[in-house]
Amino acid sequence: MTDRLLALTGITKRFGSLVANDAISLELSRGEVLALLGENGAGKSTLVSILFGHYVADAGTIEILGRALPPGDPAAALAAGIGMVHQHSTLADNLSVLDNVMLGTEPLWWPRSRRREARGRLLGTARRFGLAVDPDARVASLSVGERQRVEILKALYRDARVLILDEPTAVLTPQESEALFATLRGMVAEGLSVIFISHKLGEVLRVSDRIAVLRAGRLVATLPARGTSTSALAEAMVGRAIAPPVARPHARGDVVCVIDRVSTRGVRASARLDAVSLALHAGEITAIAGVAGNGQAALVELLCGLRAADAGTVTLAGRPMAADPRAWIAAGAARIPEDRRETGTIGDLPVWENAIAERYRRPFASGGIVRRSAARSFAAKLVDRYDVRGGGIDTPVRALSGGNMQKLIIGRALSGGAARPDQYAPTLVVASQPTWGLDAGAVAWVHQRMLDACARGAAVLLVSEDLDEIFALADRIAVLHAGRLTPARPAKAWTLAGLGLAMAGAGTRDAA
Amino acid sequence: MRLEARGAISPAMAIAAPFAAIAFTLAVAALFVAWAGAPVGRTYALIFEGGFGSRFAWSETLTRATPLILTGLAAAIAFRARLYNIGAEGQLYAGALAAVAVGGLHGGIGADLPPAWLFAALLGSAALAGALLMALPAIAKTRFGVDEVVTTLLLNFVVLLFVSMMLDGPMKDPAAMGWPQSVTLDDELLLGKLVDRTRVHSGLLIAMGLAVIAWAALRMTTFGFEVRAVGANPRAARFAGVPVTRTILLVGLASGAAAGLAGAIEVAGRTGYVTLDMSPGYGYTGIVIAMLAGLNPLGVIAAAVFVAGVLVGADSMSRAVAVPTYIADVIVAVALIAMLVATLSARYRLRLR
Repeated sequence: MTDRLLALTGITKRFGSLVANDAISLELSRGEVLALLGENGAGKSTLVSILFGHYVADAGTIEILGRALPPGDPAAALAAGIGMVHQHSTLADNLSVLDNVMLGTEPLWWPRSRRREARGRLLGTARRFGLAVDPDARVASLSVGERQRVEILKALYRDARVLILDEPTAVLTPQESEALFATLRGMVAEGLSVIFISHKLGEVLRVSDRIAVLRAGRLVATLPARGTSTSALAEAMVGRAIAPPVARPHARGDVVCVIDRVSTRGVRASARLDAVSLALHAGEITAIAGVAGNGQAALVELLCGLRAADAGTVTLAGRPMAADPRAWIAAGAARIPEDRRETGTIGDLPVWENAIAERYRRPFASGGIVRRSAARSFAAKLVDRYDVRGGGIDTPVRALSGGNMQKLIIGRALSGGAARPDQYAPTLVVASQPTWGLDAGAVAWVHQRMLDACARGAAVLLVSEDLDEIFALADRIAVLHAGRLTPARPAKAWTLAGLGLAMAGAGTRDAA
Repeated sequence: MRLEARGAISPAMAIAAPFAAIAFTLAVAALFVAWAGAPVGRTYALIFEGGFGSRFAWSETLTRATPLILTGLAAAIAFRARLYNIGAEGQLYAGALAAVAVGGLHGGIGADLPPAWLFAALLGSAALAGALLMALPAIAKTRFGVDEVVTTLLLNFVVLLFVSMMLDGPMKDPAAMGWPQSVTLDDELLLGKLVDRTRVHSGLLIAMGLAVIAWAALRMTTFGFEVRAVGANPRAARFAGVPVTRTILLVGLASGAAAGLAGAIEVAGRTGYVTLDMSPGYGYTGIVIAMLAGLNPLGVIAAAVFVAGVLVGADSMSRAVAVPTYIADVIVAVALIAMLVATLSARYRLRLR
């Protein structure tokens, strides 16, 4: 085969007892977009890390243009024309675009920098691939989409022949994603090859020529994109059919939580809110859409009792609320934080102490002494009912998988310390990225819990970057951009395009 | 090369780690003993004999262990909440000074009280002095984010200079022939001896009782949960409704109080008065003891007895063979480093790529 560019043969990588990659063989042709599809933990990132030289495979070889690539050597991978665009920006914020692109391409001991030549070459590359940039702009001033463009340019500047993109659309609006896809098609037309990592089925089908599906470290299918359906891909990815969550009929009830012209200040954009108003009703799921870092963190912290409003008020069940987690818990707020490892659980403490962490004073203590047996039997019931696997109640939470941690957090929040599910119903559920990083089965489970809580009369606030999730669950949707919130409109009134425009700031700007 | 967290730590490994650390420590110290030209085996035998080999050795070791248990507790409970109190040395002196102020100054406070009440007041004021000394760094940490390692460490020197001033001034014993030494405690306030013709005093029981109380409090009370939660993950603790600032302040007060009591009990049980050399670094050694004990209050008792035995044993060893007593400091210091590495390697596994 003359157009074969890259060949991976029998790549195997183990981490302890976990087989992250199990004898994976793949080929990539010139001018081809290959999608690596798989759930979190399927082995996609490990595979490209091996390709890029971050890890050394336990077995297997990599050939590029017929020559073996030395293992564990990122410099050799770069020299061989493998370029990587990471999910999170790896640019130096305080340098210009040109500096970032040049970084590492010049010998350190040479006194003169060839900036003028580099500038010309960068502009030439940018023109050729239709990636408009200002070489003198400081990276800190660029949007996430623009930074990604710089990352791609940086790889192209080094004569990349294979471009690896790790979940590139996770931080983009639908419109920005569309622009990225157009760029990729242009690059492929110029003879480059692309490896596109994703777990989103729709975009994989749109952008790629061929799709390699990984599941639990194995390559389970290689399918042409043409003629493949999303349902076939989903089944290959998960290995079984997933029952979609069932929405019980729920009626919109009274207002439970009112956010009235709340502003917060902060150094980072994610900590700023600008006169945000929102009313949450019982029996209704309100979703907040938006690109990450537009104030979601501040909004969630506000409703978890972790942050005080610098202006405006928040009331829950008619009472004004302060920044005190205990008051929010007592008022019936079930809180599911974004970071389950750093915020949701205390990793070094056992499951049972984490299970009562929000209610260790009441009801699980009297006279300052923890009622150990009551706490432990409650934890055992929680573990059982919410299907927390991977250890008993004495296992440190650190040893659980992300999905099981999330089940523990959700169980703790929704059960309210009550031993029987009919004894407690939260008034408000605040869920931030509740399904991030979970496998499809766990995602359906989490969605079902939220629908159930809603059906039992809770007002649910869902903050998510996953638009599929938002459209699947939400009754009303509001969009957060640069700390400003659009009015919450019924989900049916939004189109994907309209949502994308609002995420880019259109709606909020009009409102301002 | 990087560290990977192990999932769950097996109990066997948690128990083996300190013993491996002590074995490593003895091996390192053996090099220095050999370097000094002394027979290694005999030197260790002498240290062991001097620390644990006889009734007298045990009595001296337990006497030395008494303040070490308390300073070890001071470090262990604060470190559990990741409040790094390095100031136990200063808090110990503050407690000792407060004890003498209440129980020794002529016409002092509460001179009319019955001895039992006065003794309680003596312990209370010593605990209060240590606690107040720790309150300052704890407040500075929670309010302004000032690193408590720096503030507590530097306060030690401030306190030592203050003690020096008091011993040469208002609290100087006129009968001490010009030595900087405080007045002595009233005789009825001195602690009784546990064993005749030894120096072991009932302060040992107080120290061990406090260790048991601290252990039970950490394990069973809501405050204990708060301390452990704040130490393990302050962000998650705050999210779950633990009052993080209050917990740090309270654990700081408890830690300072334990170190202050060490000073009072040392005065009431051993010296009877305060001098500038009454503590050969008990506060700092307490940190080592806390680490050796894995921050477990019951383990502190065992670790304090071990370290005290080494210190006492090295004293008597150096009289027999020509190895300076500083070998004890080497052993204790290497034990700290070895223990830190052992704890780390019980939790993490080293991976070459």
